[in-house]
Amino acid sequence: MPANKFNGYTDYGIGIGLRIPHYEHILSRKPSVDWFEIISENFMVDGGRPLEVLDQILAQYQVVQHGVAMYFGAAAGPNKEHLRRLKTLTKRTKTPWLTDHLCWGSVDGTFSHDLLPMPYTFAAAKQTAANIRQVRDTLEIPIAVENVSSYTEFHVSEMTEWEFLSEVVELADCGILLDVNNIYVSAKNHGFSAYDYIDNVPHHRVAQMHIAGHTKFEKYILDTHDHPVLDPVWKLYAHATKLCGVTATLLEWDDKIPSFDEVHNEALKANEFIAQAREAKIPVPQKISRTKIR
Amino acid sequence: MWRVISRPLTADSRMQSRWTDGRATSTVAAQIAKPNDRLTSFERLEIYNRMYWFRVLDSLYEDCPGLRAVLGDTKFIRLAEAYLVKYPSGSFTLRNLPGRLAHFIRTTPRHTRPHTALCHDLARFEWARVEVFDTASRPLFTIDDLLDVPPARQGKLKLALQPYLQLLRLDYPVDDFILAVKQREAQLLRGEASNAPTEQRRLREKKTKRPPRARTHVAVHRLDSQIYFKRLEPAAYRILTALRAGATLEQALATGIPRAKKSRSDWAAKVQGWFRNWMELGWLCRRE
Repeated sequence: MPANKFNGYTDYGIGIGLRIPHYEHILSRKPSVDWFEIISENFMVDGGRPLEVLDQILAQYQVVQHGVAMYFGAAAGPNKEHLRRLKTLTKRTKTPWLTDHLCWGSVDGTFSHDLLPMPYTFAAAKQTAANIRQVRDTLEIPIAVENVSSYTEFHVSEMTEWEFLSEVVELADCGILLDVNNIYVSAKNHGFSAYDYIDNVPHHRVAQMHIAGHTKFEKYILDTHDHPVLDPVWKLYAHATKLCGVTATLLEWDDKIPSFDEVHNEALKANEFIAQAREAKIPVPQKISRTKIR
Repeated sequence: MWRVISRPLTADSRMQSRWTDGRATSTVAAQIAKPNDRLTSFERLEIYNRMYWFRVLDSLYEDCPGLRAVLGDTKFIRLAEAYLVKYPSGSFTLRNLPGRLAHFIRTTPRHTRPHTALCHDLARFEWARVEVFDTASRPLFTIDDLLDVPPARQGKLKLALQPYLQLLRLDYPVDDFILAVKQREAQLLRGEASNAPTEQRRLREKKTKRPPRARTHVAVHRLDSQIYFKRLEPAAYRILTALRAGATLEQALATGIPRAKKSRSDWAAKVQGWFRNWMELGWLCRRE
């Protein structure tokens, strides 16, 4: 979706993650980039270099906030202090929408610093949707939730991952940050069809997409964000773009980070698929009523 | 699941085979996670168990180059693991992970003997660097602010210090030690890119010498977003800590300057120089 209520009716194009090794290049050469995604938690501080750099970036670029520690799936609900700091940052960045993950990661005040997969149950979907609504009502900006990559499945799950994602976003009336690399990784790890996943999520809710690289091991795939995007992921991205329309797209590259130009050029490969999608004159995805899965 | 993935790994970085009650961990894992055609339930949860420990240990490893240099990697990892079992992360950010490490070293000295006092100083110093990096700053206190105060009341003036400024009274000169460690690490990094194996081996074998005990006062501060260390004379340290505690200028000077060791005129010039320097460095700020 080029512009919808879940991404603040914006049409942001292709962005990359703002990462420390690129600060000097960006600030001194001011390259032309559609937008930067920042990790919210890196800037939820009171001062110093992080905020000084951020202010310089904000003066020249469009920025969208992406979080890694809201833990929408947390049974205890959103942390009040976290929300307070996050709101302060959203006022600074004026992010048109905000994203975080469909996962859990903390228990009784102890943090895993990981994006842990959820049991796909109706009770968990209800609780998660309530958490997302609380975050949106506090921050007063659109929210989109990202599907995570995972390495395990739970006995207690009552539905597929895409059914769970759909259930949550419908109950919360929020957007989706569709990470096609994560879908690919989980599909390989769990033996489902990545195309079934993409075909069956509510396309009109897709506010943004993520693409990234991963690493193959003998028995599983790890979501490492330390490689260029692999061909099967580009194919999935093309498929998703055909179904969802041209959507704000972000390349994640978080480890073994190469030069700014290399990362940006990798991201810009998405243009090829976007051009194909535009040529195909994809109709705007219609709002589809939720299939009852209970 | 959290209890499974947060349990310490074995010496060879695998998930422990026995659960806390003596059952096989594979039995516990099978109750939580489904196996698939390539991985058992145990192996699937082990991926998360390993990722958790690698992530938090890597973070501490990055933050504590001085402690690593004193203890060596093996002892450092043992210390870090024991610390994280006692004090797992209680913050949304890994930045805060070393926040209680100095306290842990002091109260659990067995991991750092016979260098506990040095390690304690290093943990305090390395945490101060984290704090200085992104703690808030306030508007500077300027000469104009001083001139706004009538001369007769200037002694009663309460000056504030920048929140990010860290003042440390140490038993070891760990500031110099950290610089030496960083310099060595930079040389090793450069060496990895060169074709001089003999030089690399010499550098790896040449450990940074542990500093001898010596009372040291240091300010860790930032200027133009860079972190700096500045040695302080004991009197300067006492004045600054008194100001931070809320003392008036008069009280801070009385606390800081030793009586009758030097003439008043000697001290006047010195203290004036300190304050000029502190204002240039932006350490003094307006009170809230």
